[in-house]
Amino acid sequence: MSEQQLFKVTIDNITIEVPAGTSILEAARKIGGEVAPPAMCFYSKLKGSGGKCRTCLVEVSKGSEKDPRPMPKLVASCRTTVMDGMEVKNITSPKVVDARAGVVEFLLLNHPLDCPICDQAGECHLQDLSYEHGKEGTRYEFQRRKFKKHDLGPYIQLHMTRCIMCFRCVYTANQVTDSRVHGVLDRGDHAEIATYIEKSLDNDFIGNVIDVCPVGALTDKTFRFKNRVWFLKPMDAHRDCPKCSGKVTLWNRGEEVFRVTARKDEWGEVEDWICNECRFEKKNSSDWVIEGPREISRHSVISQGHYVNTVKPTETFLAVNDGRAPHLLLDIHSESDVNKPEIELSLINGPAHSNNFNSK
Amino acid sequence: MQALTNRAKQVDRAPMTFIEQLYLWNIVKGMAITFMHMFKKQPTIRYPEQKREFSPVFRGLHVLNRDEEGKERCTACGLCAVACPAEAITMEAAERLESEEHLYREEKYAAKYEINMLRCIYCGLCEEACPKDAIYLSETFTPADFNRKNFIYKKTDLLIPNPTTDAQGFAAAKGLN
Repeated sequence: MSEQQLFKVTIDNITIEVPAGTSILEAARKIGGEVAPPAMCFYSKLKGSGGKCRTCLVEVSKGSEKDPRPMPKLVASCRTTVMDGMEVKNITSPKVVDARAGVVEFLLLNHPLDCPICDQAGECHLQDLSYEHGKEGTRYEFQRRKFKKHDLGPYIQLHMTRCIMCFRCVYTANQVTDSRVHGVLDRGDHAEIATYIEKSLDNDFIGNVIDVCPVGALTDKTFRFKNRVWFLKPMDAHRDCPKCSGKVTLWNRGEEVFRVTARKDEWGEVEDWICNECRFEKKNSSDWVIEGPREISRHSVISQGHYVNTVKPTETFLAVNDGRAPHLLLDIHSESDVNKPEIELSLINGPAHSNNFNSK
Repeated sequence: MQALTNRAKQVDRAPMTFIEQLYLWNIVKGMAITFMHMFKKQPTIRYPEQKREFSPVFRGLHVLNRDEEGKERCTACGLCAVACPAEAITMEAAERLESEEHLYREEKYAAKYEINMLRCIYCGLCEEACPKDAIYLSETFTPADFNRKNFIYKKTDLLIPNPTTDAQGFAAAKGLN
């Protein structure tokens, strides 16, 4: 058998041939679009991830060509490999849609729903998932989980209450960085992401845990509360980095670089891991070579106000007014307190406080 | 040509008679209409002393709300600014310090909050978007002014008086008295 064996698999009535050993989720992603089940814990670039969140449940209505019996229960598509002649139902199965709505509600049980404060809002997978399944609210009326505040150093902010226990950050630390100092402590309901002895996460490449986190549990402390993602302009940029590929997305406002993240593909997974230096310390646009605006899905809130293929009309005022500039009755920048040039929010280390505004 | 309706009247182009040229009857008719108006109900009111009643859904000047303990409700989530069709709202957020817990409800708050009343179209979408019940459109007009710069409302202009220190002002702003 020199050639790799190809299996024919039908997902939502679309047939595709994939090599043996592919998971249902990856086969569905090859088809793309709505057929691909959502995934909160599975990350194709992290070995061993998946099988924890249960959002990727699908119904297997025909096991394989040789054994056509359906699988008795819904299966996690990220951990189930395809068989030849398998038939899978994802969004065409009401059972799956119903089960997924239930899973979303369970994920939101202990989630604080503090999206107005959370820096992840707007690019949060749990937010997308819950709105897609009509469960943006919660019926839970009891005390949610509470945790002791844990300091993870100057770069990474941990909000344990928002965590959904996907283990992605643990795998990232294991597989991308040299050493792992954080992990999951305790079991069951008490399980939490923490360092056993209060220790800051500062080994190189550890910043990638921010990108892999599907919720706002791990966020960038240098960007904390600086701005909302939908007011920023994502730009593709690169720099010569000795440690990583240096290919990043800059989140700009004007010329100010508010945040640096890895480039994410359509499944929300990073294209290249980036190092801590690129992510946290290069907050000047002069550090970067700008490639152009990043393409953002039209359905994302981040794309608000970003107009594609628009033609900006040329300013005719000077030409018709003999080269005289218009007389401004009010220059908003002289009057407004927001966006003061002397307060460079992007260069403040960590979140801004009242003294940052009052001292000036 | 056939008329479209039966209300069309043929214009009489005959020259006016001498009586008609005096316009006496028409003047009397006009004066009678003017005189009749003296006995009709006046549609105008004497504004500063008398004020018209607002509809309960009137959308006027914005207020930033506080909770019962006087803490600011706004967390600078930016939903009002993103909902604003006129792009009148801007803000800058900051993290609450330990010593400021009596001032702000959540760990993040709006250090700067501005509404450009020249841009605002009083549509009320900010009020609708707010997840924290922090911004409301009150039943008052934005006062007129001679200077454009006075229409940039800062947080101090928008915040409702603190109910713990200025209970009277708070009640007045809420329209409770």
